[in-house]
Amino acid sequence: MTVRSEVPGDVKADEEAVRLTTQPKPVGLPRKGDLFGPLRIGWRQLTSMRTALLLLFLLALASVPGGFLPQRRINPLRVNQYIAQHPTAGPLMDRLRLFDVFSSPWFSAIYLLLFVSLVGCLIPRSRLHLKALTSKPPKVPRSIAKLPVNDRWETTDGVDDVLQQASTALRGWRVVRREHEISAEKGYLRETGNLVFHLSLILLLVGIALGAFRGFKATVLVKEGKGFSNTIISFDDVQPGRRFSASSLVPFSVHLDAFRATYGPDGKALTFDAAVHWAPLGGAEKTDDIRVNHPLDVGGAKTYLIGHGYAPHIIVKDTTGAVIDDQLVACLPQNAQFLSTCVIKEANTTGTQFGFRGVFTPTTVTDSTGHVGSSYPGLRNPVLTVAAFVGDLGVDPGTPQSVYNLDTSAMTPVDGGQAHALLPGQVFHLPGGASLTYVDTKQWATFQVTQDPGKGLALVASIGMVGGLMLSLFIRRRRLWVRVRAGGTDGAPTTVEVGGLARTDPERYALEFAALVRQLRPKALSTVVEE
Amino acid sequence: MTDQSLGQLGDGLLLATVVVYALAMLGYAGEQASRKARRAVTSVRASSQVLVGAGGPSVTLPAETVTVETPSRSGRFAVALTAFGWAVHVTSLVLRGFAAHRVPWGNMYEFSSAVALVAVTFFLVLVARGRVERALGAFVMLPVVLYLGLASSVLYTAAGPLVPALNSYWIKIHVAAAIMASGSFLLSGVVALLYLLRSRYDAQLTARRTPHFPVSLGAQLPTAPVLDRVSYSVIAFAFPVWTFAIIAGGIWAESAWGRYWGWDPKETWSFITWVLYAGYLHARATAGWKGKKAAWVAVAAAGALIVDYYVVNIFVVGLHSYA
Repeated sequence: MTVRSEVPGDVKADEEAVRLTTQPKPVGLPRKGDLFGPLRIGWRQLTSMRTALLLLFLLALASVPGGFLPQRRINPLRVNQYIAQHPTAGPLMDRLRLFDVFSSPWFSAIYLLLFVSLVGCLIPRSRLHLKALTSKPPKVPRSIAKLPVNDRWETTDGVDDVLQQASTALRGWRVVRREHEISAEKGYLRETGNLVFHLSLILLLVGIALGAFRGFKATVLVKEGKGFSNTIISFDDVQPGRRFSASSLVPFSVHLDAFRATYGPDGKALTFDAAVHWAPLGGAEKTDDIRVNHPLDVGGAKTYLIGHGYAPHIIVKDTTGAVIDDQLVACLPQNAQFLSTCVIKEANTTGTQFGFRGVFTPTTVTDSTGHVGSSYPGLRNPVLTVAAFVGDLGVDPGTPQSVYNLDTSAMTPVDGGQAHALLPGQVFHLPGGASLTYVDTKQWATFQVTQDPGKGLALVASIGMVGGLMLSLFIRRRRLWVRVRAGGTDGAPTTVEVGGLARTDPERYALEFAALVRQLRPKALSTVVEE
Repeated sequence: MTDQSLGQLGDGLLLATVVVYALAMLGYAGEQASRKARRAVTSVRASSQVLVGAGGPSVTLPAETVTVETPSRSGRFAVALTAFGWAVHVTSLVLRGFAAHRVPWGNMYEFSSAVALVAVTFFLVLVARGRVERALGAFVMLPVVLYLGLASSVLYTAAGPLVPALNSYWIKIHVAAAIMASGSFLLSGVVALLYLLRSRYDAQLTARRTPHFPVSLGAQLPTAPVLDRVSYSVIAFAFPVWTFAIIAGGIWAESAWGRYWGWDPKETWSFITWVLYAGYLHARATAGWKGKKAAWVAVAAAGALIVDYYVVNIFVVGLHSYA
């Protein structure tokens, strides 16, 4: 090209042609006296790619303590343990919210800034992309030879034939013909995918927030033969969202018929299965099995099996021989072999109150010192080892007491605190004629009920993310221009110039371009070597 | 054949895989050594054009200016050995699956083996499609051999059934996607490190300094732009797969634990890994971050992935503590 008469308009058009991106152009400094100038600079800084990148790294960095330190929302016990073990650093770390990383103000600040930056970036990009989608591919640049890939040849075909061939070869491209020129573009879906991915991220955040505000999570321990209903009062532990209303609880009740766990010969658990029957409020009863990976779903409220243990069936008689207690005692497992501890309190007796502290072992072994242990989690040789106490349980109607703790400060141990090992069916005789009978062994299961109104949205957003990502990473945006010049009346050949531009993977585009050129120039006379 | 002997055969074949891969690695190294010798001859011949410092050490030009590509028997043999090792590797995993009557990625031992298999597969595909020279082989096979060796000695677990929490069809989807992404990510991490090595080698040559070991190894590597491109395309493939793995994990967690996300340590580290790779993809498109800085991000991300699998499983208590 030798044309040097540069018109500003043409320069701008050329710039547009080779700008294959919807990234907003950098804007200059604000004018003097612009009141919003500093604000505008701040906004531009926040929405710049560099800031977004920095915020991304900060987000990763801020998550690291959450990946190493115990977190209160997952395991409050281990947090307390950690603080107790580190008396100086622990409380300081706690004040820095290092045990509540993901609800800490600094973590929230980072992701909120990141999302503001994202929105600020998405709005102009979406506008530009919309413009690109609705506009025609840009005009042919004046100098095709300056494009990264280009070719030029002469042919005996007429101008219209060449342009026709080119249009046919460019199937799948957006093609526009302007007189003797063709502009073609493809790969618009790349930016669409990019925008969909980032918009889905925002949608995901909305879904998560919806779950956190309007969701509900509660756990309950249920012994075989008992049940619970999905109401706040029937749960042992309730974690409602900040804007949760009890009226949105799905009304239903669940009854645990039987719990079964199976173990391999090495004691590894193989299956857990809670056989239940359940009914929606006023509805017909149905039976089901709640297993790990197989929750019960009632109108969006899901019931999960999350734990289990043994519940020995005991009968306590008072000094007159009357049955004062007949129940399943939930024993809490202390190790993988299900050595479990239990507490039994008999406060409703006239006069003396009884308390029992027990150890339940499903497959009992006794070591040389007489300590009981369990060698297998399954029920092979169950023994309930109990020590009894008489006196005052310290039960005060005003202060709630844990059913798993026995306060023996005002009690006297029976037999000097000597523990009695009971096999199923055996009786522990207390002084004065009272007794405790270990009848047989049942089990208990813990269930978690969860309602999350945001999870559908989160799932849709996730699908949008993966789909958008794939489009934005695998679709390649390309431009191609063809300029044909007629040879004139003296039979001179037609000159064809072809050039292309790719923002991504230019090496591969060079190959694609070569293949396209081969297709376009079947009757080329010769190649004119540039310069 | 009993399940036990099937499992043992699978374990034996994995050891055989390590040996074959190690031999392949030697083959690649052998090819490079012979090429280096040839190149030394070439550079002596070209010494009239080469800068010779007054009394100082002679400095050769960057490798590509004098490389004479001659097909080497050692190199082709190494590729064949890698392919053979790959087949043995696949067989070992399949036997494991049959021995345990389930997918062969139920514990860390099997998982590591599958991750290495993905890395080797990806490398073979890249070589077969001509995206990268096989010279990279020695540098890729070394970490693979070390990784597999460690996995089969430290993390060894006999073939057996799964714990109930893992007993779901999601293990096929979630874990398979995680393995595919991880194998690719680890490969990209190795390539990113090699890119950094090569960049330093180039920088030292430009500064007219003689590269010493290990920077001198840069001479054996593909050019920096090639390494950068390979690392990027591997990550571009793996990132959507990793995203999918996390989402599939969320769906599984929703049905197993009652929530799709709960900042369990493994979830947290998967998130960190994801954010770092997202950072890498943005860095490559941000002025001032391209090249070496982006490569360091890729290395850091691969580091987070290793923490996610090994440190979290072994040292941190969480819901994902299975093996």
